[in-house]
Amino acid sequence: MGIASPRAGWWKEPIHKVELIWIIVAFLWGLGMFFMMIYWHGVGNQNLSNEAYRITPAAYAAKVDKMTEQYTVRQEGAFPVVRPPPGSDVYMMGRVYMWWPMLELVKGETYRLHLSSIDLQHGFSLQPVNINLQVHPGYESVVTMTPNQSGQFGIVCNEYCGFGHHTMTGRIYVVDNK
Amino acid sequence: MTAATHFRTCPTTGLKIDRSAENLIKANAVVAVVFLLIGGLFGLSIALTRWPAVHLLPADWFYLALTAHGFDVLLVWIIFFEMAVLYFASAVLLNSRIAAPRWGWAQFWLMLVGAVMTNVAVLQGNSSVMFTSYPPLLAAPHFYLGLVLFAVGALIGCAVFFGTLVVARDEKTYQGSVPLVTFGAITAAIIAVFTLACGAIILIPTFLWSIGIISGVDPLMYKLVWWGMGHSSQQINVAAHVAVWYAIGAMVLGAKPISEKVSRMAFLMYILFLQLASAHHLLVEPGVSSSWKIFNTSYAMYLAVLGSMIHGMTVPGAIEAAQRAKGFNKGLFEWLRKAPWGNPAFAGMFLSLVMFGFLGGISGVVMGTEQINLIIHNTIYVPGHFHATVVAGTTLAFMAITYLLVPLIFRREVMFKKIAQWQPYVFGLGIAGISLFMMGAGTLGVPRRHWDITFADALSQFQFSPAAFLMLALNGLSAIVAAIGGAMYIVVVVCSVFLGRKIGDNEVVQLGPVSGAASAAAVARYGNEGTLKIPGTVVLVGVFFVSFVLYYFVNWKYLAEVWPLK
Repeated sequence: MGIASPRAGWWKEPIHKVELIWIIVAFLWGLGMFFMMIYWHGVGNQNLSNEAYRITPAAYAAKVDKMTEQYTVRQEGAFPVVRPPPGSDVYMMGRVYMWWPMLELVKGETYRLHLSSIDLQHGFSLQPVNINLQVHPGYESVVTMTPNQSGQFGIVCNEYCGFGHHTMTGRIYVVDNK
Repeated sequence: MTAATHFRTCPTTGLKIDRSAENLIKANAVVAVVFLLIGGLFGLSIALTRWPAVHLLPADWFYLALTAHGFDVLLVWIIFFEMAVLYFASAVLLNSRIAAPRWGWAQFWLMLVGAVMTNVAVLQGNSSVMFTSYPPLLAAPHFYLGLVLFAVGALIGCAVFFGTLVVARDEKTYQGSVPLVTFGAITAAIIAVFTLACGAIILIPTFLWSIGIISGVDPLMYKLVWWGMGHSSQQINVAAHVAVWYAIGAMVLGAKPISEKVSRMAFLMYILFLQLASAHHLLVEPGVSSSWKIFNTSYAMYLAVLGSMIHGMTVPGAIEAAQRAKGFNKGLFEWLRKAPWGNPAFAGMFLSLVMFGFLGGISGVVMGTEQINLIIHNTIYVPGHFHATVVAGTTLAFMAITYLLVPLIFRREVMFKKIAQWQPYVFGLGIAGISLFMMGAGTLGVPRRHWDITFADALSQFQFSPAAFLMLALNGLSAIVAAIGGAMYIVVVVCSVFLGRKIGDNEVVQLGPVSGAASAAAVARYGNEGTLKIPGTVVLVGVFFVSFVLYYFVNWKYLAEVWPLK
């Protein structure tokens, strides 16, 4: 029994066939899942770059401000809506409690999206697409993104960042190319 | 040293029980249950707040309750109970005296003081930083100090456990190798040392930061090391509750592992690979490379998952073999149909096994896949997953073994037999609902740790689909069911321990349909290659495997539909 010492020689008892088959199947399945991740880096379209930099919050805020000054197309409540040219570097900043600024992107075009925070950790959660990225203060990450749907998309914060966490939102517009 | 008066002999199992070990087991188990009650009430209030139509707590109380809930049930209830399991699996199962009982009490009091201190910090309202306390969020200094004391206390408990193993070996209180359940507990304790050391390594500097001695803690490094505690501590649970599954199978049905060697190798894989799991929390983090993520998140090519999948066959297989040896041989499933479903220890154990595998295990591997994590990270899917592992798996297993510990260690008869019989089902149903509906809401993008998904006070609006709100409502209803199941457990256990009929010193307790010598005779007969037949288990494992594969690829399909990223 499992609560008593096993009989002598337990180490030499042969493994039952059913058990052995299952061990082999489970092991191969594990290998399959392991190589699936590597395979997807080769053929899949949803992978993260490993591009990231150390940056101070002030330096990141300055980059965001520069883009905002250059490409703001309209104001929406508290948010400027920024439409940077396709293919360019676009910046999104997390802070208590907003995702700043709003972006307007063109469907089918590719952008280098930079993410960082100027205060606490935040969670960049693009909805309803459901892309979720962690955002750290002091780290600037870059992901190359190609919106393939047009419409209005919400950004929710999904990393707890204080009592106003649930009011932290933002928006990305994706427009058709005309 | 080995004064005979310190021991009593258990009339049911024949084990020689050290009374100081027994007292430590009782104290740790009782405190564990108290914190389960406190943490469970916080949990209920959280689920009722998430239910949009009820929205029970104001925002600041919600985040406070969430912090307390995580700490009290994920850490305090479980680690206290694990201390009881460690003392049981060492001193009791090995017929040994406990090494250094005074240090055992130091473990108990340090953990208790730490737990109370952190709870006080949280209830004071300025430490609502969640259980994870990611910097730069800052809590009160005694929040961290309490955690450190708790971790140090638990480390002392592990040391007493290892000391007891040495004593038992020296004094030859058992023959040959340690029992499998003790082996599982050793696994848990080894992982615990790694885990608690990680906690101390990162929480001590964070404490120093909170009192102004150092200027800051890097948020990414914090996460990497903190999850060496946070996730690996869940692996202590896995090792401990798998050991509990084997223990209940043995005590209730006389089940013997199909192969000692295979089950022990599976435990060994936990020791070697489980602590890589910190990576599960860093899959969408900046500054960590994909190759690091892939190797670590897969526990070095899923070798720890392999361990769990092996237990997933050997535990039901052992039960099937034991049942067949008793003559339940008709068809594929007579052994399962005629299992003691009215025995709460067995019912709780089997529900724990099934839900841990199907709900917790599969979802965990899927969301721990590097790229699939993109569509799951920090959504409410994550708590959905770990309620299936930690609550349906660990908590339910610990509840189940309580029904054996009450008569064996507390020497009291379990009261309210009917309530006890239904308890695992009610609690299991509630937890299954909580897990499934949170996972459902998570696939719709609902964030975790979030007070208001209507975003009523936000500067820009976003609307989740009505299905998401429905999921959260069903989650609230399930939480009520689970809370009723939890209350049933606490009522039965507390009443039995304090008011139950005392069991006489020479009275044999009936733990299951067959006990003592009869099952020992049955056990001796099976397990040899070629004679053992477990077709029912093969079918169950087949169903599990097919579900696993299908669900895995369905999620790749979901991932392939989101915006291209590189």
